[in-house]
Amino acid sequence: MSFPWAKEYTPQNGLTKFFDEKLPLPRFVYNAVGAGYPVPRNLSYFWNFGVLAGFFLVLQIVTGVVLAMHYASNTQVAFASVEHIMRDVNWGWLMRYTHANGASFFFVVIYIHIFRGLFYASYKPPREMIWLIGVVIFLLMMATAFMGYVLPWGQMSFWGAQVITGLFEAIPLVGPPLKTWLLGGFAPDNAALNRFFSLHFLLPFVIAGAVILHIWALHIPGSSNPTGVEVKGESDTLPFHPYYTAKDGFGLGIALLVFMTFVFFLPNTLGHPDNYIEANPLSTPALIVPEWYFYPFYAILRAFTFDFILPAKLWGVLAMFSAILVWFFLPWLDKGPVRSGHYRPLFRKFFWFGLIPTMAMLFYLGGAPAHEPYVMLSQIFTAYYFLHFLVILPIISSIERPDPLPYSITEAVLGSDKKAVLGENAEPVAT
Amino acid sequence: MIRLVGILIGLGFAFVVLLSFVTGAYTAATEEVAETAEYAFHEESHGPADGYSFDGAFGTWNYAQLQRGYQVYKEVCSACHSLNFVALRDLGQLGYSEAQVKAEAATWQVPGINPDTGETEMRQAIPTDYFPNPYPNDVAAAAANNNAIPPDLSLMAKARHHGSDYIYSLLTGYQEPPARLLEEFPDAAPGPGLYYNPYFANLNLAMAPPITTDGQVTYADGTEATISQMSADVAAFLTWTAEPTLIKRKQTGWPVLGFLLFATILAWLAKKQIWSDAKPKRRKD
Ligand code: HEC
Ligand code: HEM
Repeated sequence: MSFPWAKEYTPQNGLTKFFDEKLPLPRFVYNAVGAGYPVPRNLSYFWNFGVLAGFFLVLQIVTGVVLAMHYASNTQVAFASVEHIMRDVNWGWLMRYTHANGASFFFVVIYIHIFRGLFYASYKPPREMIWLIGVVIFLLMMATAFMGYVLPWGQMSFWGAQVITGLFEAIPLVGPPLKTWLLGGFAPDNAALNRFFSLHFLLPFVIAGAVILHIWALHIPGSSNPTGVEVKGESDTLPFHPYYTAKDGFGLGIALLVFMTFVFFLPNTLGHPDNYIEANPLSTPALIVPEWYFYPFYAILRAFTFDFILPAKLWGVLAMFSAILVWFFLPWLDKGPVRSGHYRPLFRKFFWFGLIPTMAMLFYLGGAPAHEPYVMLSQIFTAYYFLHFLVILPIISSIERPDPLPYSITEAVLGSDKKAVLGENAEPVAT
Repeated sequence: MIRLVGILIGLGFAFVVLLSFVTGAYTAATEEVAETAEYAFHEESHGPADGYSFDGAFGTWNYAQLQRGYQVYKEVCSACHSLNFVALRDLGQLGYSEAQVKAEAATWQVPGINPDTGETEMRQAIPTDYFPNPYPNDVAAAAANNNAIPPDLSLMAKARHHGSDYIYSLLTGYQEPPARLLEEFPDAAPGPGLYYNPYFANLNLAMAPPITTDGQVTYADGTEATISQMSADVAAFLTWTAEPTLIKRKQTGWPVLGFLLFATILAWLAKKQIWSDAKPKRRKD
């Protein structure tokens, strides 16, 4: 797609003309992230996080490939090979701290990106496919990060793998053999470590492929924007380059400042000290927790403690996976005619006073020890989580009366009095 | 249709998890939660009173202290604890000259092979050797230590929360179990071969107090070897073994942040400049 007023790529010299004829890659880039892509002019800084996620993916691949040159995926030496990277490899400590904290920041960025989408209901038509691919990317990221965390073969690596693969055992009948098949043994060992390394190396490239589809799907309707009103004319847009390249550049600078503060001054803050103890199948850590970015889903998993028809563990596993799978159905659960939370008074209240505190609490509770009051709290917030997406959202989206929308992005930016510019378009504009 | 199914599933999950909540709340209301000895008596670790030279974003190594800490490790801890990830050549980073490192290495014995007979035998270490393990294997280590294996100390400072402080607190924290503990939690009294230490996660550990008297080590640099001094020194040394690149990391961080700050300010100015002509024109229609 493109809007009719999108700038056309014109090769300037012999070389670019040659390329444009044989392999129009420069034209492709120009139309994807250059001056040939018209973007709504009113995007806020929340729209920076897509580009930031792309940056962290590339950073993970670059640092990961370097780490893989020095790492050995054998249980006898894996832990020592990571220490070899930290001590003997030139700048190895920097590669490893960047990779380990890069995974964390990748998730910070992705969570903000996803919750931006939730607030502005970016998942609504015509952008369902972008959203669906996004949820697939998130699932792939979780698998990648989980397997990456096993590689250093510390105590949390081993016991985390034990607990997470143990979840498959909850599946009736096929569970136990499935777990054995996935691990290549009854417990995480050399076979598991090797295949995790192989998959951990592979999946980021699968993610990169999914990102290309994500952006392709984005370029068909074009970006949404904070008003949720679709682009109506040329005055609503600006070319991506130089306007948004400049804005993204500034955003990247800020993100790197925060990120590098962690890499150089707090590199182990987001990790767990137990992972500096080599894996020992005979000694169970006092508290087994995954990395922080899994906490909300880990809290949901542990919230189910009562056998109701099915065993509690199976409920927990079902709920944990469903918690992410519900995101796939949002485009069809949310029937409101308006996208942006700014114009949806009821939706907005439930978002800020329901969903956001719930996520914050689940983040906290997932890392807390499994006793009261933490368990009871995670039960309450787990209940709200499901009610929010599956019950509250469908209901409020069909009963709520949205606020009047601006006629267009241009009017919204000019900040004219809403009533004055609305005119015959006083009806909320959904498309 | 999809919304109807969704509402049912949502209510279903909420119902089941609230059942868990109700049973949990019932148990919580009817059963007294027994307070544990660990919860009541465990203490948060703290560092030496004047802190460590490597603390903070501008920290540096105190080489004299690291050398003293090495001496404590060598004379006290190395009887039981290995230092697997550290090579003798690494001592060069503590301010020793090449000749001193060679001489220091020669004071350690490592397993080797007799070049004539092929028999294994102990030989003098050279700088490329790693610190030797005091025990041939874990079974021997456990047998000699009341069934507890003295853990490798290379990464200890990173393997516990606030590790540098923790090591200091642990070494200086041995004491008689408080009377209230023995009264209220008779089970928590240290068993045979165990020693009470409120900084240890479950209060009783199998390591006899390793640093017990002032002057236990005679420092080469003449520093007075109080218990606190020796504990702080060895904790500093173990912070270095856990992350020899700690100071280089912090010192590299500042120019990186400085450069990024500069680049970000430029990016901000560029963004402002580029966006200055971006005011939309009022629509005509
Ligand atoms: C007589 C042998 C012996 C000596 C000497 C010794 N230790 Fe230990 N150490 C042990 C044993 C045994 C354990 C395991 C204790 C347990 O798990 O109950 C241990 C555990 C430790 C721990 C880990 C505690 C934890 O949180 O798990 C640290 C830290 C430690 N020692 C430091 C030192 C330092 C520093 C020195 C030298 C000043 C030293 N040790 C000297 C035997 C010794
Ligand atoms: C989606 C992108 C990626 C994510 C989220 C990710 C995540 C992780 C995590 C969480 C760890 C454990 C860090 C630690 O505590 O040590 C890890 C380790 C590792 N990763 Fe990745 N990674 C990604 C991409 C890659 C790629 C592309 C490669 C190689 C081609 C790679 C190679 C490695 C290696 C060798 C390790 C083990 C060394 C170590 O533990 O530091 N990673 N990864």
